[in-house]
Amino acid sequence: MSYATSLYLTGAEIGLSVAGLILLLVTAWTSRDAARGITIAAVAALVGALVFSVSLFDGGVGATAFDGLFRVDAFSLFAKVLIFIATIACLMVAPHYFGERGDYRGEYPVLLLFNAVGMSMMVSATDLLTLYVGLEMSSLSSYVLASFARRDDRSSEAGLKYFILGGLASGIILYGISLVYGFTGATGYEAIRIAFDGNFSTGALFGVVFVLAGFAFKIAAVPFHMWTPDVYEGAPTPVTAFFASAPKVAAVSMLVRMAIVPFGGEVAAWQQIVIFAALASIVVGALGAIGQQNLKRLLAYSSINNVGFILIGLAAATPEGVAGVMVYLAIYVFMTIGSFVALLMLRDEQGNALSTFDDISGLSTTSPALAWCLLALMFSLAGIPPLFGFWGKFVVFQAAVQADMIQLAAIGIAASVIGAFYYIKFIKVMFFDEPKGAAPAKAPTSHWVVLGLSVLVISPLGYFLTPWLGDIAAAAAQALFQFA
Amino acid sequence: MEFPILSLMLAVPLVGAIACLFLNAGSARMVALFATLFNLALGILLWINYDIGGAQWQFTERAELFAVFSYALGIDGIALMLIMLSVFLMPICILASWDSITKRVGEYMAAFLLMEVLMIGVFAAQDLFLFYIFFEAGLIPMYLIIGVWGGDNRIYASYKFFLYTLLGSVLMLIAMFWMVNEAGTTDIPTLMQYDFPVGAQFWLWLAFFASFAVKMPMWPVHTWLPDAHVQAPTAGSVILAGVLLKLGGYGFIRFSLPMFPDASADLAWLVFALSMVAVIYTSLVALVQSDMKKLIAYSSVAHMAIVTVGLFAFNVQGIEGAMMVMLGHGLVSGALFLCVGVIYDRLHTREIARYGGLSINMPKYALFFLLFTMASIGLPGTSNFVGEFLALAGIYKVSTFVTLVCTTGIILGAAYMLYLYRRVAFGEQVNADAARMPDLNAREWAMLAPIAAAVLWMGVYPESFLAPMRQDIAALEARLASVTPQYDSALKVGTPKEHNANFIAGEHGFEGEH
Repeated sequence: MSYATSLYLTGAEIGLSVAGLILLLVTAWTSRDAARGITIAAVAALVGALVFSVSLFDGGVGATAFDGLFRVDAFSLFAKVLIFIATIACLMVAPHYFGERGDYRGEYPVLLLFNAVGMSMMVSATDLLTLYVGLEMSSLSSYVLASFARRDDRSSEAGLKYFILGGLASGIILYGISLVYGFTGATGYEAIRIAFDGNFSTGALFGVVFVLAGFAFKIAAVPFHMWTPDVYEGAPTPVTAFFASAPKVAAVSMLVRMAIVPFGGEVAAWQQIVIFAALASIVVGALGAIGQQNLKRLLAYSSINNVGFILIGLAAATPEGVAGVMVYLAIYVFMTIGSFVALLMLRDEQGNALSTFDDISGLSTTSPALAWCLLALMFSLAGIPPLFGFWGKFVVFQAAVQADMIQLAAIGIAASVIGAFYYIKFIKVMFFDEPKGAAPAKAPTSHWVVLGLSVLVISPLGYFLTPWLGDIAAAAAQALFQFA
Repeated sequence: MEFPILSLMLAVPLVGAIACLFLNAGSARMVALFATLFNLALGILLWINYDIGGAQWQFTERAELFAVFSYALGIDGIALMLIMLSVFLMPICILASWDSITKRVGEYMAAFLLMEVLMIGVFAAQDLFLFYIFFEAGLIPMYLIIGVWGGDNRIYASYKFFLYTLLGSVLMLIAMFWMVNEAGTTDIPTLMQYDFPVGAQFWLWLAFFASFAVKMPMWPVHTWLPDAHVQAPTAGSVILAGVLLKLGGYGFIRFSLPMFPDASADLAWLVFALSMVAVIYTSLVALVQSDMKKLIAYSSVAHMAIVTVGLFAFNVQGIEGAMMVMLGHGLVSGALFLCVGVIYDRLHTREIARYGGLSINMPKYALFFLLFTMASIGLPGTSNFVGEFLALAGIYKVSTFVTLVCTTGIILGAAYMLYLYRRVAFGEQVNADAARMPDLNAREWAMLAPIAAAVLWMGVYPESFLAPMRQDIAALEARLASVTPQYDSALKVGTPKEHNANFIAGEHGFEGEH
């Protein structure tokens, strides 16, 4: 394969890297006022990457770049499109948020660009080393982003926590990678699969478990979820919105590819782990959220809960299951962005965030439009039809039933009722309680645009997307299972 | 392709609901009333054009709009009757909320119109997952109706309503996945003819039962109902009692019985046992209530138990009776809640002891209340008599013991309803404020008179309501024929005696010596 083809296939990543580097230099030599312009340039770069990724989609089996280090197929393109959309949304809402505090700087868009490069490498990686480079690139910029509000102690604390625990997880992954390499002598996904075939030793199993444990940390699945509420609460809200959306898509996609392609011959070895993590995440995410008063912490637990549902699709280990995971991710991105942007808009005239249930009590009278949007988002997160969030649960549970994992599906869906409790509590506070505090201040148009688009997608109109979404997700799943 | 009347019936209230969200109180009321009346007109048109004895599924529409499931609508006679009940009660609900709801009227009317969309959708859906979406989506507007416009303890009631019903229905979704995977179709009419393996039917039946038993509601999962009823605004109670409780019965008729006949027969004892407990227990509980709405709520549980025993009798009388009880109860309990609402609007209390002697200052009201009380007891000439008689006749063929218990429940029903009526309408005017209450106004006449007419119509000439359903119930009975239980009251044919009864043993035989 020629370099030209390889470079063409990695065009989105190269373009974003170049844009990031140029913008970094611009940031270094311009004043802080240029931050807005840099943001616009970063958004433009991401839109370019998005369009380029869409243009690469041919519905076929995909192509490999750089001798098997990197793959462009329906699966990775699907994930990349979601990642870019989420990143763009998080960029759009950031300037106003940080600007109010007077500490918006050009580093923010630059860090997001590098993060996006790392994430798209993660989802395309077909070699343990590419994967690790992508993962670290994304993680390192995430640590900095978490502590971006540097005058805020909690933000710094979040960054530090994220860095230490994230570093530990990376170490675990690296250890697992070394074991896998030691037992197979290969770092390429397909080579590992072939080496495992009929020759799966206990040592290799350890490697697989270590890799998956590290991934579980990255996607915040129970029992490696403890960092999530603290980091989500402490980080600035636009950054939290980002953490809950794009890196989650990337980490889940990387996990799915890893589980299906290199470890796909040894489903029995990891299926139990995934089932445990799925059910534990659903239950812990739901129970943990019940006692929360802080809205960001609550959404953090909600994201743990959602990861549980996503893992149910993976546990099925079938093409339907993987397609379900992708559909769920797509819907999840819109729900998450929407709900965090809504939180972002909840601020009083002085610019202080309305961050607890007490603060948003009676929101439906003080700010009806925002309250109705949040209502739709919460019912959607709870998976109540006719909102589109139901469809995500629908596809993963259907896949589980088709894979004959009826107990898993029954327990998982019954546990989802626990989760419904705190989502409807959210609505209760907004709609049933009397207003206590001041009305939220007027939000900027950019926030309304992002919120409005998210709500439009998760509204019942979203069902009209299902045939199209289903086809693409099926193509994405097929791209992974062609090796099986 | 014929005119998509069912889609239109879904679209009209939907458009109305969206409009109401953006309108002020006065125009929202008018829009809601207009939309519901328009839908009532469409419903009447539907009934007129329904071809009795024609195809089983009429007014069918189908569009492949979604992945996995399709937008498929169509009705049989049973669904037609339940749709008629919904569209009939809806304008009355809007009228009932005309003055009593003053805050956030637009949102309230929107929630009600949305409710109407979803109820019609449930009855008209011909696709399993479309049914589920409509079925489950009803939680959202009802949660808001109870929580925002309800009474003092509305938060607890709204949570309980939401979580109970949600837990019931999610297991049904898993069962639906399994069925679709097994049968390879989401089409309800096809699934109704599909023979699932007998072993699997047991679990599927239980999963559906979990959902429908909560909706119905059956003892012991009925406890959400009294709370929800008491706390909901009047119109909310009417919709809950009138239509939402019927979703459970409809579910049994449409899913449990035809799709899992073997399991239904095997588990009929469970239904009978729960229903018998419900009839006696909830009637006794109703007897000691001091809150009018709670009393009627408990009476609903008892009436619904008659529906379930009628359905699981597996014969035409039982199923027809169950349908008639559902329709009759929808009208009567809705009307009783309206009667409570009428005096609640005046005195703002539901305590029975705060009223008394209303027949003196509110004679017209007392007359309506009497009619609906008698109908609830099941007096001949009213709708509930027809239903209860048929249902009990049906169950008598299966188990005399169950009939005995259920009939006792009807006697208890007479006790608590008459006791309620005596305390509210008869006796001395002990409370001065209650004695000053004015009689019915024109709006309240417009609410109660149509229901009274319908109750009498259904009681005197039930054929109008039975005729559209007859063919469908016969089809259901045919489907259940293989599992129909033995009559325990049937004549037992023994071995014939050798001689006549007056035979006396003798010489030629045993006849006396001459």
